[in-house]
Formats: sequence, C-alpha cells, structure tokens
Amino acid sequence: MVYLVGLLLLVLLGVAIAIAAKLQKVMGSVQSNTEADAPVPNNKINGAMWMFFLIAGTVGAVWSYLSARNYFLPEASSPHGRETDSQFWLDMSLLTIAFFIVNFLLFFFAWKYQYKKGYKATFYPENHKLELIWTAIPAVIMAVLVFLGFRSWTQIMSDAPADAQVIEIMGKQFGWIVRYPGIQDNKLGNYNFKLITSDNEMGVDYSDEASMDDFINPSEMHVEVGKPVSLKIRARDVLHSVFIPHMRVKMDAVPGMPTKFWFTPDKSTEQMRAELGNPNFDYEIACTEVCGRGHFAMRLRLIVEDKASVDAWKQQQKPLLSTILEADPKFISKIPEKLRAKAMDYAPYVEEVDSTTAATGSAAAATSSLR
Amino acid sequence: MSVVEANLEHDVHAHDEHEHHEELNFWRKYIFSEDHKVIAKQYMITGIFWAIIGAAMSVVFRIQLGFPGADISWLKPFLGKWITETGALDPNFYLALVTMHGTIMVFFVLTAGLSGTFSNFLIPLQVGARDMASGFLNMLSFWFFFASSVLMFVSIFLETGPAAGGWVVYPPLSALPQAHMGSEMGMTLWLLSMAIFIMSSLLGSLNYVTTIINLRTRGMTFTRLPLTIWAFMITAILGIISFPVLLSAALLLIFDRHFGTSFYLSEIYINGEALPNVGGSPILFQHLFWFLGHPEVYIVLLPALGITSEIIATNSRKPIFGYRAMIASLMAIAFLAFIVWAHHMFVTGMNPFLGSIFMFLTLIIAVPSAVKAFNYITTLWRGNIVFTPGMLFSIGLVSLFVSGGLTGIILGNSALDIQLHDTYFVVAHFHIVMGAASAFGFFAGIYHWYPKMFGRMMNNTLGQLHFWLTFAGVYLVFFPMHYIGIAGFPRRYYQFTSFDFGKSFTDLNMFVSIAAIFTFFAQFVFLWNFFYSMFKGKVAPMNPWKSTTLEWTTPVNVGHGNWVGEIPAVYRWPYDYSKPGSDVDFIPQNVPHSQTPESNFPHENAYIAQEKEIEAQNYNDQFQAH
Repeated sequence: MVYLVGLLLLVLLGVAIAIAAKLQKVMGSVQSNTEADAPVPNNKINGAMWMFFLIAGTVGAVWSYLSARNYFLPEASSPHGRETDSQFWLDMSLLTIAFFIVNFLLFFFAWKYQYKKGYKATFYPENHKLELIWTAIPAVIMAVLVFLGFRSWTQIMSDAPADAQVIEIMGKQFGWIVRYPGIQDNKLGNYNFKLITSDNEMGVDYSDEASMDDFINPSEMHVEVGKPVSLKIRARDVLHSVFIPHMRVKMDAVPGMPTKFWFTPDKSTEQMRAELGNPNFDYEIACTEVCGRGHFAMRLRLIVEDKASVDAWKQQQKPLLSTILEADPKFISKIPEKLRAKAMDYAPYVEEVDSTTAATGSAAAATSSLR
Repeated sequence: MSVVEANLEHDVHAHDEHEHHEELNFWRKYIFSEDHKVIAKQYMITGIFWAIIGAAMSVVFRIQLGFPGADISWLKPFLGKWITETGALDPNFYLALVTMHGTIMVFFVLTAGLSGTFSNFLIPLQVGARDMASGFLNMLSFWFFFASSVLMFVSIFLETGPAAGGWVVYPPLSALPQAHMGSEMGMTLWLLSMAIFIMSSLLGSLNYVTTIINLRTRGMTFTRLPLTIWAFMITAILGIISFPVLLSAALLLIFDRHFGTSFYLSEIYINGEALPNVGGSPILFQHLFWFLGHPEVYIVLLPALGITSEIIATNSRKPIFGYRAMIASLMAIAFLAFIVWAHHMFVTGMNPFLGSIFMFLTLIIAVPSAVKAFNYITTLWRGNIVFTPGMLFSIGLVSLFVSGGLTGIILGNSALDIQLHDTYFVVAHFHIVMGAASAFGFFAGIYHWYPKMFGRMMNNTLGQLHFWLTFAGVYLVFFPMHYIGIAGFPRRYYQFTSFDFGKSFTDLNMFVSIAAIFTFFAQFVFLWNFFYSMFKGKVAPMNPWKSTTLEWTTPVNVGHGNWVGEIPAVYRWPYDYSKPGSDVDFIPQNVPHSQTPESNFPHENAYIAQEKEIEAQNYNDQFQAH
C-alpha cells in the first residue's frame, strides 16, 4: 500500500510539473500564436487536458478500487447486513455506470467541441422529447431503488422476534455498559436516571423485582450465535450511537428516549477468526455520534458464541445487586420492604461479612443484618 | 474608450447632480457603503479570509488523521497549549477544529461568501437596477455578517476553545458545559454569532427577492432573467423560509443553556449528578436544525449552479439547453429541499415509517438534479468552447455535482444509510457535491466577473493551472475517502487506532492528507493571481467574454448607479449565442429584434411590435425616483 500511495503521489507530482512546464512554455513562446487562434491562451492544451484527465481518472478510479477493496469490511455477519450489502453493491454498480457515462460525455464534449476558428456553435435551445426521456429514465431507476430500500428498511425496522435475546446497552462518556436480564427471571428490570450512583451506574431500579438478578458488564457483550438479538439502547448523558460495523447495525442512543435495534448474528467470533485467518479478530461496538473528548475510543467487545458458552459466561457474572450490596450493605434499606427478603438472596457476601465482622464490630454490617 | 469615459463623467453630472452619492467620503464609499458592488466585494474578501482559515484548519486535522500523533510542535506559535507535551494535537481541539471547519465553510464561506458576493454583485447588474431595493439594509446585512464573523473569530482564541460538538451542535453535548470543553464559552459565542448571522442572511435575502421582483428594467420579464438570477432568487427564498427555523432552534438552545429550560434535555446524569431536566427531546433540535440544514445545502449549491449555467452558455457560445427545464428543476430542487430534512436522521430512533417517507422524497431529488446535469452536457455538445478559467471551473463543477450527487442516492436510502451514516462515506459525499462543487462555483464566478469587479483581467494561464491542480486535488482527496467510509470508519474520530476495524487504511488516510495539503497549497496560485491582478492585471475591456447579459453593457469601471445615463431596456432572453443568420456569435439582451432581422425566428418578429411598448414603460430608476 505504501508503494501504491507513493506511486500515486509521484504521478500527481508528475502531472503537476508537466502542466506547469507546458503552460510555462506556452506562456513564454507561443502566446502570440495561440492568442490569434482562441480568445484565451492555452485553449488546445486545456482541451487535451480533459481527455488526459478522463483517461488518468478512469485508470486511477479502477485501480484504486481494486487495491482498496481488500480493506473493506468483510461480508456482513447478519442476514439483514448481507441483504443491505448486496443492495449497496447493486446501487453502487448502477451509479458507477452513470458516473462513467456522465463524466465521459462531459469531458469528451469539452475536448471535442473546443474552440475552432471560424466554427459556429449549433443553436440548440431545447428538445422536449430528449428532456422527457432523461427525466423518465432516472425516475424509473429511482422508483426501483426506493422500492428495494423500502422493503429492506421495513424488515430491518420491524419488531424483534419474541424469542430474541434482550440486552440493554447504555452509552456514557466514554464507554458502553451492557445489562442482561439475569439468569433467574430472564427479564430486564426498570431503571431511572435519578437512581444512578457510582455503584449503580445504570440506575437500575430495585423496587422492580425483575431487576434483582440483572447483571451488567462494561467491557463485553456476549450473544448467542444464530439467535436474534434485541438491543434496547439508551444514553445517560449526551447522544451516542451504537455502531457494530460487522453486523451492519447502527442506532443512536438518546438521553430520555430509549431506542432499539434487532439483528441476528449468524457467524460466531470463532467462525470469523477462521474465515479471516486472523486469530485475534473480534467484533467491536463503536460510537458514531460525537460525544466529546473520548468519542473515538468507546470500544466494547462483542463476542458471538454458541449457547453453551454464553450460558457459562452468564453463570459467572455477578448480579449487579450483589456488587452493590458488597460495596454498600446499607443499600438494602433503599429496597422496598416486601422485596428485601428476595434482595438478601443476592447478598451472600453480606451474610459472610456479617459473621466475620461481628467480632470486629462493624456497625454498618450489623445494622443491615439486624433489619 | 476615453470617449465613453468622458461621456460617463458628463452624464453622471447631468443626471445625478442633486444626488447625495456624488462626493462620498472614504468611509461611506469603501467601508459603510450602500453600493451593492462594494458590499459584494466586502463579502468576497471576508469570505476568502474565512476560506483560508477554514481550509488551514482542515490541514491541521488532516495531519492528525493521516499521521496520528504526529509531532506538530512547529505549530505551537499558532496553537499554543492545544499541542500536547508530546507534540500531538489535543483531542479536544481536534473536535473544535472539525466543528469550526464545518461552521466556517458552510456558513461563512459558502453561504455568505458565495451567495453574498454574487447575489449582491449580479442581481442589480443583471436585472438592470441602479442598486438593491434597500441599499441601507444591504449594508446592514454585511455588517451584521461582519459582527457575527468577529464573534466567531474571537471564540477561536478562548481558553476553553471554540464550539466543538460538530457543526450540527447537537444537544445535549452542546447544551451542557460540563459535558465538553467546547460547550462552555465557545458554544455561547457560536450561538450568538449564528443568531446575528441569520439576521444578516435574512436582511440580504429579503433584499435580493425584492430587488428581483420590483426593480427589473424595462422589458426584463421573468423568462428573460438569466439563470443566475433565478438561482439567486430561489436561494433567497429558501433562506427566508428556513433560516428563521435555525434561529428558533438556536434560541431554544440558548434557553436550555442559560435559563434552565428543558427543550432538548431529559433524564440526564452527568459528572456525578442527575440533572432536574425532564420532558425535553434532543431529537427536536435535530428536526429544527435539519429543517434549515438541508435547504442550506441548496442555499450553498444553487447559486453555484446558477453561475455555472451562465458561464457554460457564454463559453460554449451556445444557448443554455432547456432554459425552462433549468428553472423548473431549480424550483423542484428547492421545493424538495424542504421536505427531505429527516434523511439526516434515519438512525436517530425516529419512527421508521417516517424514514420510509423521507427516503422516497429524497430520492426524487435525483430526477431534477439529473435533468440539470444532462442539460449542462447538452449545452457543451456542438459548442465552440473557450476554456477560460471560469469555464474550466464550471465544467469541473458539473463533474463534481454528478460524482458527489450519485452517492447521495445511496445515503438517501434508509436501509443502506444504516451502515454508512456518520462514516467517511458521508464526509466524502457532501464534500464533493456541496463543498467542492460550490467552491468551484465561487472560483468560476470570481474568474468570470473579476473584470467587471475590478476593471482588470486575472491571468488566464494561472487560472487554468489553478483549476487543474484543484480539480485533481479534490478528486484525489475525496474519491479515496469513499473507500474509507465503506470500510466503516466513523467521522469525527481523533484517531482510528482504538479499534481493530480501524487499523486498515492507515496508508490511504495518509494519502488523503497529503492530497489535501497539496490542494490547500494550490490555492495560493489563486490568491496570488487575485491580489496581483487587482493592481497589475491587464485593463479589462467592457465585455471580455462576449456575453449577452446586461452587466457587460456597463462601463469598465462601474460607478454607483451602474449605468451612465438611462438603464438599458431588454428585448430578448439572455442566451442568444451563435444564432443562425447572425454575423456575430452573441446578441446582447439590450439589442432589439428590429435591429436583427437577419437572425430573427418567425415568432420573434412578433416581438418587434412590442418594442415600443417596452420603451414606453416606466424607467424604474431608483436614482430618479425622488
């Protein structure tokens, strides 16, 4: 790649020097001659430049595409992504054809009909038939593209299937936190931004029974391969945007307005590693809505694996409530009375702490257990 | 020539002896001038000044993007503490640069600089008026713009830096000073500056529309207006309708920032505290912003297309193909511009059904745009093309308009936009179609009307060199940038090294940066030519490009009032180039059909009868009115 860049630059430099030299020459010696020929100097050279630009541009465009495409993202790892990918390349090929035709005509005509002494341009102010044709053709093509786009868009944006794995993802300055519904009830509990503390970073509301077993993770998201994932997206400070490049997923995270996006990851991380021959490959989640200084580094790993691995991972995760109670046993007092007994199930460590600290006389632990 | 000039002196005295503008002092003549031509030049110089700053900023952040963490301590004299101890660019200031580059280029260069320069300069000259409908408001418009420029300029030097949340300044980031350094004083000044800018733009636009409707000379019917004027009028109408919406968006944001309201804020926890604001919606701001933001694209582009239409017709020595279709497509684009704004918001969580509607409306724009492109190409067909620098830039503009516009078909498709939204694909798309294309319109206009502005010619050869360097440069910068976007690189990233998927294309980013720096330096060819020719250029003839429109019937050094003596009447449309039967290849608009029997079409002989009627009409001469 470095060589290619170097080569291109060299060509660029060469062109610049060539033009400069040519123009200099014309300026110096042939000026009187050209001036007699055309109303402005260098008319012929500029005419020829269009053809040169056309050829060099075509070569450059084709060659740069061929060399760049190795670096494009690999085929999407989700069915909707593959569909939009193929639609993208279909659109792109139509556009490329239009791009070459239009630019060819433009540059070719510029060269072909350059000033000739004594030639009179054709007075040709309109042609309704021609205009109708070139209004109709783009209109028809657009109609087809709109239809295709509309069809995929409606599918992608439809409601998530009932069996989808529901995961909440919250953006903050500067990172993501994911929340899982927990292994006991498999239901996400409520949240409230006013409950956010340094322990309870997502403001999980423990007056909701479903919250008890929820667990969070600030660095990884694990999902089961082949099963739809329904992301519940929110932000707690400013706008963020969930971007999973390989899944072709993007949706803004908006404070005060939860958003969602569902997709089906159908290639596991392992599969992709094998496919790409890159043992270090990882799916990544990035932020694409500018959110401040650390915007460029809001990375979250996405691990797509089989059901057994995901379940094993989930088993290892400690419910957030346990972590909170471990750090602050008094937190139990903030939980409504009728749920306290259930909440205590998630505080095994309090029990332990209680028995050991009884001797050392920790007042805090004592109070919480007395209640 | 000297006879003409002597005549000029004589006539000015004969007609305008009682007028106040005869002996103006320096301040009233060059600074607080009410002459539309002086105001146009003021806009142009301010625009060029901002363009240099805006482009220089892009060079600085392109260095960071092409060479992450590069040692740029040599910029310390300019950037001071924004260079970290290792000599790298500060990430906060990177965002500030990106934001300022966008704001400056979109509003100060391509809105004020382009539209302000050429609407002001050409409207009275091409419709045949002594000046704008209100010279005073016109002057006010420039000085409001100047004041807003000063505020924005000052904000760059603040301790906490200028606004830095992207040129779209989405709240809550822009609403909360604690969220980002750039949302402190810099954002306050940004909002103030923009509020004043909007007033300036409104004063200007109202003046343009009024002048075009009321002050057309005798015989200048709407279907005899040059396409430049049509473009300027439609642009002004777009501005009048959409800019107030941005003002309201900005005002509500000011309220949220300073007076504790919650228009855009809801359920926010930041810096260890939960804010009391509930019930607002950040999406509301985006709707309001893009209700201007999208028409803004056309506010920037349409004047450039108008300029191009004029220059391509003149230098192809052919009538513009499909004059009425060109007007119709301008109107269609302008109309559609108002009902496509939410295509910037497909993935904001907006109702997906709305997304479908906006996709449909957006893709319709391709149709009138395609008509315009084809019409330009057909205008070249069987022409007798003269490659003045203005012409080169105009053809270049058409190429960029097409190349950049095509990728819009992909981005306007909501399903495809999911992946490409906020990636470099978008950056490449709009820089070509709106940034570079409009900048080309600006250059084309300057090269073409320079002789009328300064009475001197710019150096053609240098202009041609400038064109080829810039044209190649623009494609070298933005063509490969699409690839970076297809690979998923998000925009407004300080560096890409935090992600595995961002580790490819380091060389291509380097290449883009080098091409950008190259293109930046190519602009000095223009600057040199521009300022040198002002004093040392060849003295221009009255009508150097053999053009048909009215401005070329004014004397070489146009005084306030534009024409010496009577304002010419208009008898024909502005595109009688290479008319069959005529000896000359152009017939100016002020030549009656009765004088050109050899080239009249049968239906045009009917116009001869109307000539008396036209001549009997009111002079519509502002300077004679009172």
